[in-house]
Amino acid sequence: MYSEKVMDHFTNPRNVGEIENASGVGTVGNAKCGDIMRIFLDIDNDTHIIKDCKFKTFGCGAAVATSSMATELVIGKTIEEAMQVTNKAVMEALDGLPPVKVHCSLLAEEAIHAALWDYAQKNGIEIEGLKEPKKDIHDGEEEEEY
Amino acid sequence: MKKIIYLDNAATTKTAPEVVDAMLPYFTEAYGNPSSVYQFSAQSKDALMEARGKIANVLGAKKEEIYFTAGGSEADNWALKATFEALKDKGNHIITTKIEHHAILHTCEYLEKNRGAKITYLDVDENGLVRLEDLKNAITPETILISIMFANNEIGTIEPIAEIGKIAKENGILFHTDAVQAFAQVPINVNEMNIDMLSSSAHKINGPKGIGFLYIRKGVKIRSFVHGGAQERKRRAGTENVPGIVGYGVAAELALNTMEARIKKETELRDYMIQRIETEIPYVKVNGDRVKRLPNNVNVSIQFIEGESLLLMLDSFGICASSGSACTSGSLDPSHVLLAIGLPHEIAHGSLRMTLSAETTKEDIDFTVDKLKGIVETLRKMSPLYEDFVKKQK
Repeated sequence: MYSEKVMDHFTNPRNVGEIENASGVGTVGNAKCGDIMRIFLDIDNDTHIIKDCKFKTFGCGAAVATSSMATELVIGKTIEEAMQVTNKAVMEALDGLPPVKVHCSLLAEEAIHAALWDYAQKNGIEIEGLKEPKKDIHDGEEEEEY
Repeated sequence: MKKIIYLDNAATTKTAPEVVDAMLPYFTEAYGNPSSVYQFSAQSKDALMEARGKIANVLGAKKEEIYFTAGGSEADNWALKATFEALKDKGNHIITTKIEHHAILHTCEYLEKNRGAKITYLDVDENGLVRLEDLKNAITPETILISIMFANNEIGTIEPIAEIGKIAKENGILFHTDAVQAFAQVPINVNEMNIDMLSSSAHKINGPKGIGFLYIRKGVKIRSFVHGGAQERKRRAGTENVPGIVGYGVAAELALNTMEARIKKETELRDYMIQRIETEIPYVKVNGDRVKRLPNNVNVSIQFIEGESLLLMLDSFGICASSGSACTSGSLDPSHVLLAIGLPHEIAHGSLRMTLSAETTKEDIDFTVDKLKGIVETLRKMSPLYEDFVKKQK
């Protein structure tokens, strides 16, 4: 069902945990749908480089793996570069996801954006291309009829 | 290959070696079509009769009341669609429950959308039991069929089938029960329980996959579901799956002969497992009735974690189990059964079902619970829900 990369990141997730006094924290998803992702960022105020990133996730194997991969992809990047980390990039880095799990990668992208939004709000700055995070990640998704 | 601890016997079971041995001659030696005239086919015909008798014996039914199908889902579809077709001039109302298998629920939805059926989906209580008063109140002059499962496949709750049968009979309504999880697992007598139709599937009782049956009480009006040849007293066409039916017969006989001892052993192990989980893992809820419960069913919700992650981690230790989380159902909603017993979504997502077999040992249970404890700890450390909960506690 899952690629080896996904299983690796699920079994040995990178950067699990919290950052105390984080520069930005973002939580997306909801328990109703079965996945919540929380991303913590430590950002250097002068260089805008993401020095550290940690996550906590309630969700399936794909949700955990995409969170783990997303943290790896943004650490060491500037905010502007981190904005380029899309759900597609996360999926590619994981050698793909089953179609029903694509929304997990969207969640990872949204979680990073939400944490950046929090940072921007706290510091009164504007990040190009960043919108206020959606309240519910599953808005607009529809189930297929059989 | 590493040792597998198979705790998903409600999904399917190992085909018993005795069953396979009994089936094999009907592939390469006695392969004649039971409908043929020549003597060579008599062996197949006799084998069908014998298997039918063994199965009827489990239910206290007559041989000629057993109609073989390709499985439990076909039997459920047949019971509902063909009864509706046969009785739609009398009425269009069917009563069922919110916790049925999808083979019943989706068939009901089909009849509602395309055939003008009116369906009442009864609520159940927090243990998954149908309330008899609700059933009585739902009956109208239009009611032609009551279909209520014998035992639930997810939470193991055994419904008050004899009482439901009595109500159906008193009101002159046909009563069908999906007994896929209960057949040859717990005592069933179709006469004492006033069951008019009953669905079952061989692979849940150590029989082969792809064979099931619908019991239809003599005299019940129902249409054919598969049209064609005159097999199964003209009610279900198609050359009989002779090896499958033979295997089913042997599996049913074995299951009946070992039922008493198996119920005792499985019940003890089941309760031992539930007790260990409840005492050793905090924030756990047992789903389903504790007493009116299939002997092999353990179902718990483990708060703050999600079912698929749990299954993947158990799998890494060779433990096979299942969950009612959305991620395992292919939709965004967790199991309809868990929602029907009133679990909030986030708790339903953390459900874990483990179903034992006669081969399950105490060592298997201990190994599983030991591993489960570590897994729960790991996943909770990762869970934002647990983090929020702990912070709130302080």
